[in-house]
Amino acid sequence: MTAALVRMLGDFDLAEELVQEALLEALQHWPTEGIPEKPGAWLLTTARRKAVDQLRRQARFRDKLAQLEGDVMRDDTAEGDDRLRLIFTCCHPALSREAQVALTLRAVAGLTTIEIARAFITSEATIAQRIVRAKRKIVDANIPYRMPTERELPERLDEVLAVLYLMFNEGYLATAGEQASRRDVAEDAAWLAGLMVRLMPDEPEALGLLALMRLHLARAGARFDAAGDLVLLQDQDRGRWEQERITSAIVLLQRAAALHRTGPYQLQAAIAACHAEARSWGETDWQQIVALYDALIELMPSPVVELNRAIARRYRDGAGAALDDVERLGEVLDAYYLFHATRAELLRDLGREPEARAALVRALELTANPAERALLQKRLS
Amino acid sequence: MKYVLLFGETKERAKQWEAMPEAQRMAAYAPINQWFEKYSSKITGGHELQPERTATTVKFNNGKPVITDGPFIEGKESIGGYAEVTVADLDEALEMAKGWPTGGPVEVRPVVDRGEPQR
Repeated sequence: MTAALVRMLGDFDLAEELVQEALLEALQHWPTEGIPEKPGAWLLTTARRKAVDQLRRQARFRDKLAQLEGDVMRDDTAEGDDRLRLIFTCCHPALSREAQVALTLRAVAGLTTIEIARAFITSEATIAQRIVRAKRKIVDANIPYRMPTERELPERLDEVLAVLYLMFNEGYLATAGEQASRRDVAEDAAWLAGLMVRLMPDEPEALGLLALMRLHLARAGARFDAAGDLVLLQDQDRGRWEQERITSAIVLLQRAAALHRTGPYQLQAAIAACHAEARSWGETDWQQIVALYDALIELMPSPVVELNRAIARRYRDGAGAALDDVERLGEVLDAYYLFHATRAELLRDLGREPEARAALVRALELTANPAERALLQKRLS
Repeated sequence: MKYVLLFGETKERAKQWEAMPEAQRMAAYAPINQWFEKYSSKITGGHELQPERTATTVKFNNGKPVITDGPFIEGKESIGGYAEVTVADLDEALEMAKGWPTGGPVEVRPVVDRGEPQR
C-alpha cells in the first residue's frame, strides 16, 4: 500500500505517514462501525484520500519538506507511545523469534494470518497457532505491555531491530523465482523499521537499519533478469536502481552518524551505500569498504563478516590475498554454501580450475534456493 | 504474580561442587547469598536441593507405582534448587534470573494461580 502511495506522492516518509494515519482511522472507526468488507481497499482509499488532501496543500507542504526528516517527524503522541509498547511486547525476548516475527506482522503491520503464511510458505494454521501460542504466553507468563525501562532499552531495542532484520532478510531472499503473488514482507519490514525511526528518532541503529533496508530495496528490481535468474551486483544494470530510495537512505545514515553512536546496522548500511553510490562496478571504493568491514568485525566478530571482508579484499588486494583469508575460515564455515562458492571464484581467478569445480559442487550440495542453485549450475557448466 | 525460578546446573558442575573442600564451597556461596539478600523482599520460598544422586523417582507402569533410582529428567543438566518469587511481571522475574551468579541456567515459570487464599 505504501508503495502505491509512494508512486502517487513521490515521497517515502509521507506515504508511510499517510498509511499510518489511515490505519489509525481504521482503529477508531472499525470497532464501532464494524470491519468493512474489504479492509485493504478501505485503507487504501482512506490513505489515498489523505494523499489528495496532502497534494492540495502541497504548496504549503513544500516549505515544510525541508523539516520532514528532522524533528517534525517525531511521533510522541499517545498513539505513538501505544504503538511502541505494542512493538516491544511483540518482540519480547521471552517469545521465540518465529513468534516475534508473526506477531509483529499481525499486530503492528496489520497483515492477516493468510498473508503471513503465504509470505513464509507455510500453512495458515501454522501461523495462526504460532500467534495464538505467543498471545497465550504473553497472558499466562504476564509479559508486561509497557516500554522497557531505560536500563533495559538498549538490549530490547536490539531485539526489535533483530526481529525486523530477520523479517526483511526472509522476505528479501524469498523473492527468488516464481512466487510473484507473494506479499513482499521485505517492504513490510522496511515500513516497520520506518515506524521505529519515527517513534524513536534518536536511535542511530534504527536509522541504520532503515537505511540498510532501503539500500537493498533500491536494488531489488535489478536483482533478477527477465528469465527470473539472479543477477550479481557486478552485473546489475545500475540505471534500474531506485535513486530516490538511495538518496533517502543516505540522508538517514547522515542523521545516524550525527548521533555519534556507531553500530553494526549503520556500518552495514554504509557498506551498502558505498556500492549504491558507485556509478559502476569498476568505480567501487574497495578501500573504504574493507575499512568498514574492519570496523564491523571489531564491533561484531563473525566468520560470515570475515568472509565478506575477504571478498572485498579480492578487489583491493587480489585473489591470492583474499584466498588466504578465506582458507582460514574453512573450519567454521564448512557448512555455508557461500564459503565454498567464494572459494571457487577465487580458485578460478588463480587458475586452479579442478579445485574450483570441487568447491562449486560442495556449494551446490549446501543450498536449496532455486535462484542460487541456478547461478552455481551456470558456473559449473 | 508468582514465579518459580528453577536453577539448573550441569552434571559436571554439580560434581565439582561436591568435590570442593568445605572452605572453598563456603566462599563460592558468597555471591549466591548476596543474591538472596538483594531480593529477599521478593523471595517467598525455595530451597537448594541435594545432588541428583540422592534422587529417587516413582514412575507408574500401567498405574502401578515403580520406584527407581535417579531423577526423571534425563539430560546434561539437573535442577540444583528453586526459588519462589512474587513480583509484578515476567520482566521483573527475568531481571532477577539475569543476576543469578552461578553461571548455570535459570528457568522462569509462572505458577498457576487459581485465586486460592495465600497460605
